[in-house]
Amino acid sequence: MSNIKLDSNVPAGPNSEKWSKFKDDMKLVNPANRRKHTVIVVGTGLAGASASAALAEMGYRVKTFTIHDTPRRAHSIAAQGGINATKNYMNDGDSVHRLFYDTVKGGDYRSREANVHRLAEVSTSIIDQCVAQGVPFAREYSGELANRSFGGTQVSRTFYARGQTGQQLLLGAYQSMMRQVDEKAVELLTRREMLDLVMINGKARGIITRNLVTGETERHVADAVVLATGGYSRVYFLSTNAFNSNATAAWRCHKRGALFANPCFTQIHPTCIPVSGDNQSKLTLMSESLRNDGRVWVPKKKEDVKKNPNDIAEEDRDYYLERKYPSFGNLVPRDVASRNSKEVCDEGRGVGESGLAVYLDFRDSIQRLGESSIREKYGNLFHMYEEITAENPYQVPMRIYPAIHYTMGGLWVDYNLMSNLPGLFVLGEANFSDHGANRLGASALMQGLADGYFVLPNTLSDYLAKTTFTKASTENPEFKAAEDQVRADVKSLIEAGKKGTKTVMEFYRELGLTMWDHVGMARSEEGLKTAISKIQNLRREFHNGYKLVVQDEGFNKNLEVAGRVADFMELGELMAKDALSRRESCGGHFRVESQTEDGEAKRDDENFAYVAAWEYKGSVTDAVLHKEPLVFEDVHPSQRSYK
Amino acid sequence: MSNTPANPSAKSDPAKLAKLMTLNLRVWRQKSPKEAGKFAAYTLKGVSPNMSFLEMLDLLNEGLHHSGDAPVEFDSDCREGICGSCSCMINGQAHGPELGTATCQLYMRKFKDGDTIVIEPWRATAFPLVRDLVVDRSALDRIISAGGYTSVKVGPHAEPNSMLVSKDNAEKAMDAAACIGCGACVAACPNGSASLFTAAKITHLSLLPQGKVESHRRSYRMVTQMDEEGFGHCTNIGECQSACPKDISIDTIATMRREYMKAIVKS
Repeated sequence: MSNIKLDSNVPAGPNSEKWSKFKDDMKLVNPANRRKHTVIVVGTGLAGASASAALAEMGYRVKTFTIHDTPRRAHSIAAQGGINATKNYMNDGDSVHRLFYDTVKGGDYRSREANVHRLAEVSTSIIDQCVAQGVPFAREYSGELANRSFGGTQVSRTFYARGQTGQQLLLGAYQSMMRQVDEKAVELLTRREMLDLVMINGKARGIITRNLVTGETERHVADAVVLATGGYSRVYFLSTNAFNSNATAAWRCHKRGALFANPCFTQIHPTCIPVSGDNQSKLTLMSESLRNDGRVWVPKKKEDVKKNPNDIAEEDRDYYLERKYPSFGNLVPRDVASRNSKEVCDEGRGVGESGLAVYLDFRDSIQRLGESSIREKYGNLFHMYEEITAENPYQVPMRIYPAIHYTMGGLWVDYNLMSNLPGLFVLGEANFSDHGANRLGASALMQGLADGYFVLPNTLSDYLAKTTFTKASTENPEFKAAEDQVRADVKSLIEAGKKGTKTVMEFYRELGLTMWDHVGMARSEEGLKTAISKIQNLRREFHNGYKLVVQDEGFNKNLEVAGRVADFMELGELMAKDALSRRESCGGHFRVESQTEDGEAKRDDENFAYVAAWEYKGSVTDAVLHKEPLVFEDVHPSQRSYK
Repeated sequence: MSNTPANPSAKSDPAKLAKLMTLNLRVWRQKSPKEAGKFAAYTLKGVSPNMSFLEMLDLLNEGLHHSGDAPVEFDSDCREGICGSCSCMINGQAHGPELGTATCQLYMRKFKDGDTIVIEPWRATAFPLVRDLVVDRSALDRIISAGGYTSVKVGPHAEPNSMLVSKDNAEKAMDAAACIGCGACVAACPNGSASLFTAAKITHLSLLPQGKVESHRRSYRMVTQMDEEGFGHCTNIGECQSACPKDISIDTIATMRREYMKAIVKS
């Protein structure tokens, strides 16, 4: 039996008062003592960069790590559409409660209410912070901030900087962090990959990294470790995530005892550019904001699918989202939009060469608003689309199809964003807490910055103030043991690389295909079991031998990728296992066995209103499930309806 | 050295094969900054016009792998033109022949069957080579840390709409803020100057009321740091502007000079 106890540490009282109460009650570290604490931050996306900046400004000593050549490459940079906040500038009835409600409902009632409420509460402070940093948000002619709408809500609360909101918010956080680098309050270590977590006396006290230029392993000691390493969409190989996005740091923490929560909750984004060939390395997202002005349709008749779309008459077009969901129309949540695209393509009404695409048409908006207005809002996206497809979306409708985009699951954390391992904090996409089974658009940026700027600085201080630390240094035996293990693992990866004929990329693509086919948009018991056995076989084959030509330990991208793929081949099995045990549909997790009469996701609150938190037990196949029951005090679960 | 790597994907149906191209690549290979580098020649078959330039390099690398040769190391990440990782000098042009396009967004349909393509790393004193096409661009981070920010702390701030920003200024600030930090401007400049990079940040922040406050200190410190890093001076050549994947205008350099002059005069 396991002795893990899952305590979410949610403060008592009504949801609307919990965060204030936490802040009133928390312990503080006095300014002179803060410089005595070193905090490690792994990752420099929105969550990691904002946390590094905020902690250093408070006076903590921060060591920040990134796998990239510069922190500004982190994948938050690619987020396009926007960031939500309840400013209610549009006077359309927005409030903290409404954002909280929309997020819990959008997540299909599988998130923790208290965390989501806090997120909604701090959302406005994020905008204030970013504007003060000089983030060039879109403005109205009045000089005031502009807003637009996103899916799953009936208000306009999304702030944006053209289609480059993630870039601008990340650069704001990066610049604040670089100011602290200049002040020598942050020590920045680039091209470093975290390969293990070091636990001393039951607390997270350091990490082992590999220098990706020299290949050397390094030890780093601290009083707490903050993981902000993003999500694991790349387990599908083809996704909208960047080439280097990976789960290795999180997975190594999992193997050290951190629970992995809801691994099967992945988001499939409805508006991506369809797959075009076998050598494709990634999929490109077309921002959800396009659904404000673009109308989604397929031909009514199968025989029209190969026709030029501009030749298909209005009455022969099926605007299926507007038809099925009149109140939300094209702005239904992502999971609903994606499933409907799959459904019409499965019916044989998909368009494009592969038949796996639907139209996103701007004809009507261009007629209504003029091409220049559309260009001003989405110019960079239209340009990107044309570069990739060689088609002009001002003249021909875009072709889009769902693709893996985001992972709601992640390491389990309590209200304080601390994992079950004391001293290990997990922020942003790397944790599981705020988005339930489906994330609403423009909420990832909000969560990353909420965690880093406003939540962690409080909860980490509280932890540091309450904890007694034993003296630790990189000479502790735990550091040596962890480093030896990392070195042995790298060595065995290199040894296996001498024995096979298939390259790492071939294993990677094969894993991705298995995940997409069986743990993708529709999941069945049979498919999931197939996936598990396929992944186990693939893993065995990989460890028996693959082909690695360059075997030196220095700069070696294939060796880096080999380590990440090895971890993905374990995580993929855990995702399938989690999907198998969750015999209900909710949000992005669609079990074909559990659907309503009209094919919508059918939740089973009686049996599955819990967070599934998995414990590693020597192998992923033996993982043990722990459950954190979800209690809803304010938002009462009902069948989600966007009709 | 000539070498034809095996191509695992070139065996599909003949109709498809007809559209595929064969390219002659000359790629810079250099194991480390200490060793001398040289061009290696490869003939690459089976290049689809729908591949991105980096996918073409992936195809080359898979082939090299199968024939037992070391793959070409290059930086890439988002592969959608926003992270700024990719950095190839293609036929002597930073990011290749397409204007306003990063290497990752350059598609092979811009090339013809039988073309010779020369691929090199960014070459600049301030960007030491790491391996093959990979260079160290951390000098750009140090320019930012010298002043590319507003010195605000995390915490409560004024209500944003209490400080209006004209739509025109917000748009101009965004034009400059679009910089992805790839370093193409440096690579394209005969002087190896980072003026466009530095000027883009100075311009972005000086156009907004939040950034105006410390504009003099910022421009003085950033320009000083740029010089210390070993970047060359700007002599108004304009290559940077044509190489910039985000179309950042050379006008920003005029703004930088103005802000810098003001800083000097004031101090």
